Amino acid sequence: MSTAGAGALFIASLAVALAVAYRPVGDYLYRVFTSRRHWRVERVIYRLVGVNPDGEQTWRMYARGVLAFSAVSVLALYALQRLQNHLWLSLGRPAVRPDQAWNTAASFVTNTNWQSYSGETAMGHLVQMAGLAVQNFASAAVGIAVAVALVRGFARSRTTEVGNFWVDLVRTCLRILLPVAVVGALVLISAGVVQSLSAGRDAHTLAGAAQHIPGGPVASQEIIKEFGTNGGGFYNANSAHPFENPTGWTNWIQVFLLLVIAFSLPRTFGRMVGDRRQGLAIAIIMAVLAVGSVVAVNAFQLAHQGTVPQAVGAATEGTEVRFGVPQSATFAAATTLTSTGAVDSMHDSYTALGGAGLTANMMLGEIAPGGTGSGLYGILVLAVITVFVAGLMVGRTPEYLSKKLSAREIKFASLYFLTTPALVLVGTAAAMSLTSARASMLNAGPHGLSEVLYAYTSAANNNGSAFAGLNANTTWYNTTLGAVMLLGRFAPMVFVLGLAGSLAAQRPVPASAGTLKTYQPLFVGMVVGIVLIAIALTYLPALALGPLAEGL
Amino acid sequence: MTTTQKSPPAAQPPSAAPNRVRAGLLDPWQLIRSLPDALRKLNPTTLWRNPVMFIVEIGSVFTTVLAIAHPTVFAWTIAIWLWLTVVFANLAEAVAEGRGKAQAETLRLAKKDTIARRLRNWTPGAAHLDEEAVPAPALRLGDVVVVEGGEIIPGDGDVIEGIASVDESAITGESAPVIRESGGDRSAVTGGTKVLSDRIVVRITQKPGESFIDRMIALVEGANRQKTPNEIALNILLAALTIIFLLAVATLQPLAIFAKAQTPAAPSTQALTPHGVTGIVLVSLLVCLIPTTIGALLSAIGIAGMDRLVQRNVLALSGRAVEAAGDVNTLLLDKTGTITLGNRQATEFTPVDGVDEKVLADAAQLSSLADETPEGRSVVVHAKERYGLRERQIQCADWVPFTAQTRMSGVDLCAPGDVRQIRKGASSAVLKWVRDHGGHTSDHVATVVDGVSASGGTPLVVAEKRAGEPARALGVIDLKDVVKVGMRERFDAMRRLGIRSVMITGDNPLTARAIAAEAGVDDYLAEAKPEDKMDLIKKEQEGGKLVAMTGDGTNDAPALAQADVGVAMNTGTSAAKEAGNMVDLDSDPTKLIEIVQIGKQLLITRGALTTFSIANDIAKYFAIIPAMFVAVYPGLDRLNIMRLHSPASAILSAVIFNAIIIVALIPLALRGVRYAPGSAAAMLRRNLLVYGVGGIIAPFVGIKVIDLVVQYLPGL
Repeated sequence: MSTAGAGALFIASLAVALAVAYRPVGDYLYRVFTSRRHWRVERVIYRLVGVNPDGEQTWRMYARGVLAFSAVSVLALYALQRLQNHLWLSLGRPAVRPDQAWNTAASFVTNTNWQSYSGETAMGHLVQMAGLAVQNFASAAVGIAVAVALVRGFARSRTTEVGNFWVDLVRTCLRILLPVAVVGALVLISAGVVQSLSAGRDAHTLAGAAQHIPGGPVASQEIIKEFGTNGGGFYNANSAHPFENPTGWTNWIQVFLLLVIAFSLPRTFGRMVGDRRQGLAIAIIMAVLAVGSVVAVNAFQLAHQGTVPQAVGAATEGTEVRFGVPQSATFAAATTLTSTGAVDSMHDSYTALGGAGLTANMMLGEIAPGGTGSGLYGILVLAVITVFVAGLMVGRTPEYLSKKLSAREIKFASLYFLTTPALVLVGTAAAMSLTSARASMLNAGPHGLSEVLYAYTSAANNNGSAFAGLNANTTWYNTTLGAVMLLGRFAPMVFVLGLAGSLAAQRPVPASAGTLKTYQPLFVGMVVGIVLIAIALTYLPALALGPLAEGL
Repeated sequence: MTTTQKSPPAAQPPSAAPNRVRAGLLDPWQLIRSLPDALRKLNPTTLWRNPVMFIVEIGSVFTTVLAIAHPTVFAWTIAIWLWLTVVFANLAEAVAEGRGKAQAETLRLAKKDTIARRLRNWTPGAAHLDEEAVPAPALRLGDVVVVEGGEIIPGDGDVIEGIASVDESAITGESAPVIRESGGDRSAVTGGTKVLSDRIVVRITQKPGESFIDRMIALVEGANRQKTPNEIALNILLAALTIIFLLAVATLQPLAIFAKAQTPAAPSTQALTPHGVTGIVLVSLLVCLIPTTIGALLSAIGIAGMDRLVQRNVLALSGRAVEAAGDVNTLLLDKTGTITLGNRQATEFTPVDGVDEKVLADAAQLSSLADETPEGRSVVVHAKERYGLRERQIQCADWVPFTAQTRMSGVDLCAPGDVRQIRKGASSAVLKWVRDHGGHTSDHVATVVDGVSASGGTPLVVAEKRAGEPARALGVIDLKDVVKVGMRERFDAMRRLGIRSVMITGDNPLTARAIAAEAGVDDYLAEAKPEDKMDLIKKEQEGGKLVAMTGDGTNDAPALAQADVGVAMNTGTSAAKEAGNMVDLDSDPTKLIEIVQIGKQLLITRGALTTFSIANDIAKYFAIIPAMFVAVYPGLDRLNIMRLHSPASAILSAVIFNAIIIVALIPLALRGVRYAPGSAAAMLRRNLLVYGVGGIIAPFVGIKVIDLVVQYLPGL
């Protein structure tokens, strides 16, 4: 089979699998969030934490819950890293430096999983298992909870309540993430992913050199790394490492896992607002953007100019031979389209325009399909803005899902929309103005600029993948990227919850023949158009001086 | 219910379904006349209210300073065009306001200072009146004044005694006088209008300086124009976009400095030096990106929307109401005068029991000769038109007038030796008369009567009694409410827009249903009392719907206040005018439909120009970004897809296009985008194509054309 043919099959089989999963997964999530029954183990947890699972919260209380839980998570993870040399299973590794510990704590609590450390040399097994892996579950669940709260805002009317954060959090972990993680980890182990508490082995190569082969609880973290769109690898090489991602089919499974929740949540949304077509429309918007991006990145990797690609026929540099160029390109597109950030190839080595595509994927705001939960609320906010601009053109005050979009809703949506670009642009500009920060670039010229732009884009959008080629383990980058990740995660969440509260309080407007139909192809096209134009307008100047200058 | 009893102004023919809402075209002189106002608006203390244009003004000042410091042709041309951008934006607003000012002038003429004849200690029917002369502005709420033929009414009020014909042309433009009388729904008079004949006593209902004309002047001048909810929301979005572009432009500088430093061999240009992008180019980029087009035209669109209503003689007391009109889900329409012509008319004579049709027609006409009600006249006319029966002079006749007790009228004709009694009226009353006078009534009459009722008509039975014979029923007159021409089409159009129309009538359910079916309304409320109307509004609003209605009577006031769009008729009482949020000076209830269309057109115009404004930015990037950086990264020349002459001409062309498009769109902003009622999807598709896709393409063409001219500018 030709390279391109194998790549096409990889993409097509993923698309079919996701389409098949759309209904059952979406429906299952719908039942999880609408069920009135609590599991016994859940009741125990609620009693321990001291919350009433049958009481609901206003958007402000919900937001306080999100922030409080996450603040505690950051502190706990920071403490665990700083104290790891005093705790068990540290494998003799020293405490993590303060700026790096801060960066890592912020990174894992925000579902970003930006790693300025190298897993196999910096973190002991306890930090990996009790710190990082736990946050891989928790941060994904927080994202889904906030998305569900926003959907409740659309679905409910004349109420101040948007759900119970603690119930949403616990149910997501126990009913969705954990079961899949347990089964999935076993599947990965069967494929050769390692899972042990050993520190690793020392081996002698044929050439006689001594080599340390690190082991550890890899499969248990690998599974949630993808399923929760986290992306933080056990090893520095992430999914390019054979112990994390041994074969072609585990590669397929990883891509599928990192897409499946985000692509199925629209179904849950459609069910909850009582109109499945609305959910399908959102899923199609995501799919159009995603397919476009996957095809573009593949095309650039297979056909773009450059010395190496022209000699070999494709941009093989930085890819694993066992995956091949197209499968790596698809993985790269998927990981940047969701807020995962796991990598199975080195994005720094991509062609200029291929790399621009990956950067642009993140710049979309992680909405196609985006991270677990964050993708859904991101695209719903963009849908709100689209309805507002274009909806006026049907001669009515814009309505989305029978809710009027007035000043208050637009205020929250605009703030959401402003936050990430502000963080990316200000962060990049600040780094580029500092000699010390510029010194971290390993490349000169536009490629060096792309590395910095990619770093702040990845952090602000909570992606976590790195372009590499940038020494980010400096006090400047650790501190600023940590702050950017936290702001890029929680400021939008507060705005989303504000929007949810404002929508939930409204009285629904009955739909009529004069209402904009938000499930028709025209609407799908409009959202896609607005998203692309908005992103192009915001980032084109910066992209022009980075990847575009290099690639054109 | 009382409101349906009033006949509408006869001068209102059912307008021929105006599917498109339009306003006058823009007169080029208007632009020039408004120029001084536009320059006055450059004052930053007022301009800051429009954040987008305020930023452009700051940028203009900045570039001017730079141009003075380092004068080049490029710098000065950019500075001039940036100033023009602000002036053009102000011009849009000034032109929109200018139209209102002209209207206000006319109204001011009506507000002459008059001397009022105030009555002290007035009591109803008082014989001796204590009168004093006071200037009109000194009148207080509750004062009582007397106005006689030829005098100007000194202030708004209600007639409490007398009846007079009043010339209201000063406010309505309608020269035909109207009758104002005490009690009932036609008691309100407006200050500044003129009593033509007779004498009325008026109780003043306004506070000094708050008369209807004062409010009208303030409204059309936009003196205290407040932003509408939708405008506020749009402003928030525009502010957010402006901030994003500010960031995108501001953060470009360190990146540009880095890029320049990386390629030391590249020469410095007018756009890029080792200190980064020059101030002039940065400001140009910013101005081109922020949504100046919609920012410049937004307030003009709002003012023009109010103005379009004023041109149709409707005064919206708030912009909020105009906007709500676009959102209306349910129209409550009084049957009489709105859906039907207002008077029931005889349309058919049906004889019974073998009576000759001609005999019936003759009797019907004879009985109605003295009947001056519209119904009575229509019987005479129908007999004449259909059966060729002329009105005749009757030698000896004893007319029997209609009373509420007998519920019939008629005539006793006295010929020599014979007395012929003819009666016409409600079927039960007339049939009883027949039985009382020795006749008997057949089932046939009852069948015909029921048939007429079922078809929505009002049956009148005609009977006669000749001397020596028993009385007998001759037949039935079918009085029909005649539905205005073109109503069904209008309601169909409304339905396509998702608007439900409900007919309100005092008729019985049977009649109401028939008329509702004929007119094509979606629903009806029969035997409606004023409180039923209120309940209906509340019920609709409970379901999240917006309700529009018209009304004129005092008992309509609560419902008018409750409705989201309440249009009070100018002929109505002051209570109604106070309660509604619009006043129709023509008192034409069908205008509600036009009001809804104007509201929709206003929203569409806003959305279309916002879309256009944002779509425009794409082309500007393709002009400016390569122009800025092509010196350091020659590969970026591929983005120069318009093949613009030089970096300087490219940037200048984008700035010029950005300014000119504002002027070019002023007529559209004032007139509103073309609006034809259709489904939401059809409207959206069309507007997206024109303003979205068109908005992407137009600037590519425009900038290229400007560049073809600008490249010859010496010294660029």
